Amino acid sequence: MSLNKTLVDMDYLLNEAPREKHFITGAQAMAEAVKRASVDMAIAYPITPQSEVMHLVGDIYAQGHIKEYYRAEEELGTMSAIAGAARGGVRMFTATSGPGLLRGLEAIVSWPGHRIPCVLGVLTRVVNAPLSIQPDNIEMAYLMHSGVVMLHAENQQDTFDYTLAAFAITEKVDVYIPVSVSTEGFFVTHAKGYVDMMDEKYAFTEVDPYHAPVPAMDNEVPPARIQRDAPVQKSNFMSYLIHSVWQQEIWDCNSRAMKYVYQYLGGPIEVINPDADVFIVASGCAAAQSREANRYAEEEGLSVGLVKVKCIRPWPRKEINDALKNAKTVIVPEHNIIGWLSKEIKASIPNGGIVVEGPRVYGGMTLPVELIMEEIYIALGMDSEKLQA
Amino acid sequence: MSKKITVGPVGYMPQSAPSMGVELSPEGKALLYGNIVEEEEAMRDAAKALLTMNNPTIFPGPQVLWDWREDVADKSAAILDLASEIPNCKIIPMPDYRPKYPKIDVKAEINPNHPNLTILDNKIKACVFIGVHCHYANLTLRMIRAGTSCYTVAMCAMMGHEEAMASIRDVHADSIVKFKDIVIQVRNELGIEHTTTMPPENPSLPKEDWGSLTPADYGEYRALIMSKKGEHVTAVE
Repeated sequence: MSLNKTLVDMDYLLNEAPREKHFITGAQAMAEAVKRASVDMAIAYPITPQSEVMHLVGDIYAQGHIKEYYRAEEELGTMSAIAGAARGGVRMFTATSGPGLLRGLEAIVSWPGHRIPCVLGVLTRVVNAPLSIQPDNIEMAYLMHSGVVMLHAENQQDTFDYTLAAFAITEKVDVYIPVSVSTEGFFVTHAKGYVDMMDEKYAFTEVDPYHAPVPAMDNEVPPARIQRDAPVQKSNFMSYLIHSVWQQEIWDCNSRAMKYVYQYLGGPIEVINPDADVFIVASGCAAAQSREANRYAEEEGLSVGLVKVKCIRPWPRKEINDALKNAKTVIVPEHNIIGWLSKEIKASIPNGGIVVEGPRVYGGMTLPVELIMEEIYIALGMDSEKLQA
Repeated sequence: MSKKITVGPVGYMPQSAPSMGVELSPEGKALLYGNIVEEEEAMRDAAKALLTMNNPTIFPGPQVLWDWREDVADKSAAILDLASEIPNCKIIPMPDYRPKYPKIDVKAEINPNHPNLTILDNKIKACVFIGVHCHYANLTLRMIRAGTSCYTVAMCAMMGHEEAMASIRDVHADSIVKFKDIVIQVRNELGIEHTTTMPPENPSLPKEDWGSLTPADYGEYRALIMSKKGEHVTAVE
C-alpha cells in the first residue's frame, strides 16, 4: 500500500475503529469500503449509468488506495481477468449490474470451483427486454445457484459494512470462494443515506496468498509450479467422481461461510418482534420498506414481526425456520417478478402454505409501504374500510 | 462416541462430511470420526490405526516436498522420523495436483483426482495426508472414503478436514514429533516389536544421478528449468 495506512484485522475495523457519520450514496459507500480494504487490484467494466461504483474505485486507484486498476473490454473479460489475477494471490474487487452480471456469469460460475477469493458488487437492475436501466433484483436469482456467497444490503450503511466484511469472509481458508454484495440500483446506489465510517487511515490487513487452500500461482515459489485446476474431462468414472466431489466442495465452502456471517454481520438474519403472528420477511431494499411497514403497524397497535435476511447464500434455513416457527402468515415483499425469496422461504419451512407471495414490484417500480400494509390488514382479517383508509 | 464419519467404502455417490453436519474443530482441538475431541485422543486413535492396519502409508504433499519456507525442512524431517517408527510404513508422495494421464504409476505417487487407484493397488488400509493444500485434501479424502476401506488421517497446517477419520489442525514440526511420540507409546501398549527403520526407497523412481542429469530427465517439467529462446540466464537457484 503506497499510502501510510494503519493495517488492522476485520474485527477491529468493523467493530472497534472509531466512526464518523457521513451522508453519501450507496455507490459511494461501496467505494469507501473498497478504499479501506487494501485491495490490490480492481478490474472494471463500469456499466454506467446503473452504478458509479467502478468509476469511484478508479478515483480511489488514482488516489493510491489500490495498486492496480484497469478497464476491461466487457464483462466476460472482466470476470475472467479477476479469476486470473486472484490466482496470483492478490486481493480483487469488481462490481457490475444486471446485463453485465449475466454477461460475466459464465466466468463467475467458474470462480467458486477455481477457489477464487474476490468481492463482487452487484448493483441490481432490469435484465430483460425491453431495455431498461431501472432497479429490479431478478439477476440475483441467477447468482443463487453459482456457489458464490451472497450478501444483500438494505441501505447505504449495510453496503459499506457488508462490502468490508466480504473481503474477510472470502479469504478464509475454509471458504475461499467469492463473496457478492448486492444492493438495489438507484434506490440505494444513487440515493444518499447516513453511513458511519471509520477514518480512511485504517485499512484491512493485506492478503497472505500462502494462507490459502490452493497454491498461489507464483512461479518463483516451488509448491506453485503445479497445475491448480485439474482438467477432469476424461470419460471415466474417476473423472466424474472428482467433478462430483469438487461440486460438493464448492457448496461446503459456501456453508462454512455461515460462521463468518455471524462473526462479521451478527448473523444472517435480523428479527424484530419475534412473538408476532404475522411476519414480513424481506431482503435488500425491500427490507427497508418492510421496516417502515413494521413501524406503521406498531403505530396502529398491530403486532407484526420483521425478518430481514442479510445473507442469501449460505441460505439461513435453520435461522428462518426458528424465527417463523410460530408465525401464522408470512408476507414476502420483493423487487422482482419471480419471487426468488418467497420460493426459498416456502421451501425452508414445514408449513409453506402460510407464505404470501408478495407484494412484488419490478421494472423499476418503487415498493410503497401501503402495498405491504394491505397484506398485513388481510392477514389480520381487518375490514375493507381499513384497506381503503 | 457415535461416528459421524466412518471408514468406507460409503458408496457410489458420497455425501460430504460438512453436509452431514460435521464442522471443523476449533483451535486446540481435533476431529475424530467427525466429532470434536482433544488432540491427543485423535492422535491415539490414528496411531492405533497406523500400527494395526495393513500397509500404513504417509502421503506428503507439495507443501512439505519442496523446501519453500523456513519451517518445511524441520517438518519434513519430522515426517521421516514418524514414518521410521511405524512398522512397514511407506511414503508415497503427492507431488502435484494434475490428474495423471494416460495412467498413473501407483507405486510412485498418489494424485488427488484419482487417489483410489494408489490406495487400492497398494492395499493401503491406513494413511496420513500431510502438506496437501486443503482444497485437494478435502476432495481426495472424500473420494477415499467413498471408494475404499482406508482409514485416513489429515495432518493439516491450517484448519483440518471434516472428511478424515482423524483430523489434526495447525500442524507444525512440533505436532508431528508429538504424534510420533504417541505412536511409540501406543506401539508399546500394543506390544508391537519394532526397530526404528526408515521407509523403503520408492521402487518406481530411478536412482538420482545428479552428475548425468539432463533436461530430458525432467520430462514434462523441463519447460520450467529451460531458458526460453533468446533468454540468457545468469543466476540459478
